[in-house]
Order: sequence, then structure tokens, then C-alpha cells
Amino acid sequence: MISRAVVDAIVGHARADHPDEACGVVAGPAGSDRPERFVPMVNAARSPTFYEFDSADLLRLYREMDDRDEEPVVIYHSHTATEAYPSRTDVSYASEPEAHYLLVSTRDPDHAEVRSFRIVDGEITEEEVRLVGTLD
Amino acid sequence: MAVAVRIPTILRTYTGGEKSVEGEGSTLEALIAHLDASYPGIGERLLDDGKLRRFVNVYLNDEDVRFLGGLETPVADGDAVTILPAVAGGAR
Repeated sequence: MISRAVVDAIVGHARADHPDEACGVVAGPAGSDRPERFVPMVNAARSPTFYEFDSADLLRLYREMDDRDEEPVVIYHSHTATEAYPSRTDVSYASEPEAHYLLVSTRDPDHAEVRSFRIVDGEITEEEVRLVGTLD
Repeated sequence: MAVAVRIPTILRTYTGGEKSVEGEGSTLEALIAHLDASYPGIGERLLDDGKLRRFVNVYLNDEDVRFLGGLETPVADGDAVTILPAVAGGAR
């Protein structure tokens, strides 16, 4: 479950960074599964086919989430020419077993595909993206 | 001497669920060896062929150790080491 406003912000970020991949997280209270706080990140790879959070940004982000007792509920990134489905690379680097991996495809300028997955121990499970007005 | 080491979620299976453990060593390399002795298998998640893995970030206090001395970075009593797997991926 995720608010329309947050998904719009994610798609907006993906379109703005296209043709490079965009990436970021949506943080929420630890254990709550509530993606509340949109945190776009810089793609240090600046590539149309790869993303990576800059290592200093990553430390700052995790410290901030720790201070706020949050975790990365959603980790998002965009694919700019392929479908919104986790690639082999996405699976090999997925290191947050509790997160929802949200993929956005910006290959079609008129229609953004948004899909969500769990990636645990190398296994992909797609899940429904339930859009709500507000999380409550 | 004691160094506090912050363990990311994905490596807590090695530390019995602990998110912070103590280690010792005068260099990062020694610290990792000590961690691996206490928590077998964790070393292999951090090192590949004796070098720090590309997509695992290790920080000494506030700095990525890649910008310090890598595995040879000196570590002192009271230092804090944080391990964070890279958040990365992509279409290719």
C-alpha cells in the first residue's frame, strides 16, 4: 500500500532523470511497512542502465533513518528502455530483504509502468501496488 | 581495544541477529579477520579474493574506507565501523 502522491513523486523523479536511471527510497517507521517519506537519491553511476547510491549519501541516509527509527520500506529505481521488472543485476544486488523493490519504466514517454516486487534470497515475487489517497 | 561494528540486516544471520557487535584489530583487515573468527562466514561476505567487495561499503567513523587506506586503514580503540551493502542495480 502506497499513496498516490508518493508514486507520483517517484514517477516524476524517474521522468526527470530519464534517460539515466533514477533511484531512491521511501522510508517509513521500522516494522510498519508504511512507505511515508519520499527520499530521492542521486544515481552516482549516472547511467541509463545502472544505478548506485553514492556511498557517502548512503551512510547519511541510513544514519538519518536510524535516528528516526525508520527503515527503507520501498527502494525504487527506473528502467529507461526496458520493462519494469527486476533484472539479473537488480536481483544480485538486492540487499534489503524486507524492502519492496519498486520499478518504474520510462521507456514509453506517455505511460509510466510501475510494478513492485519482493526480492528475497535471489527470488522475485511480484506484488500488487495498492494506491491509496493517504496511508491511513 | 574495542571497535563497535554496525551490521546491516542482511548480515545479521551471521551475528545471531545482533545489529552491533564488537571487534578488535589494528587495521580493517585484522578487524575483519577477528569478526570472521567470532562470526564464521561473515568474512567472505565482505572480502573477495582478499580484497574488499565492490558492492559492500565499509566506513570508518564517517568515511568510506576506500578513501582512507582500504583494508590497511588503521583502526583504533573507540572507532566505529559501519557496513552497508551498496544499493545498486539496473537494467543491464
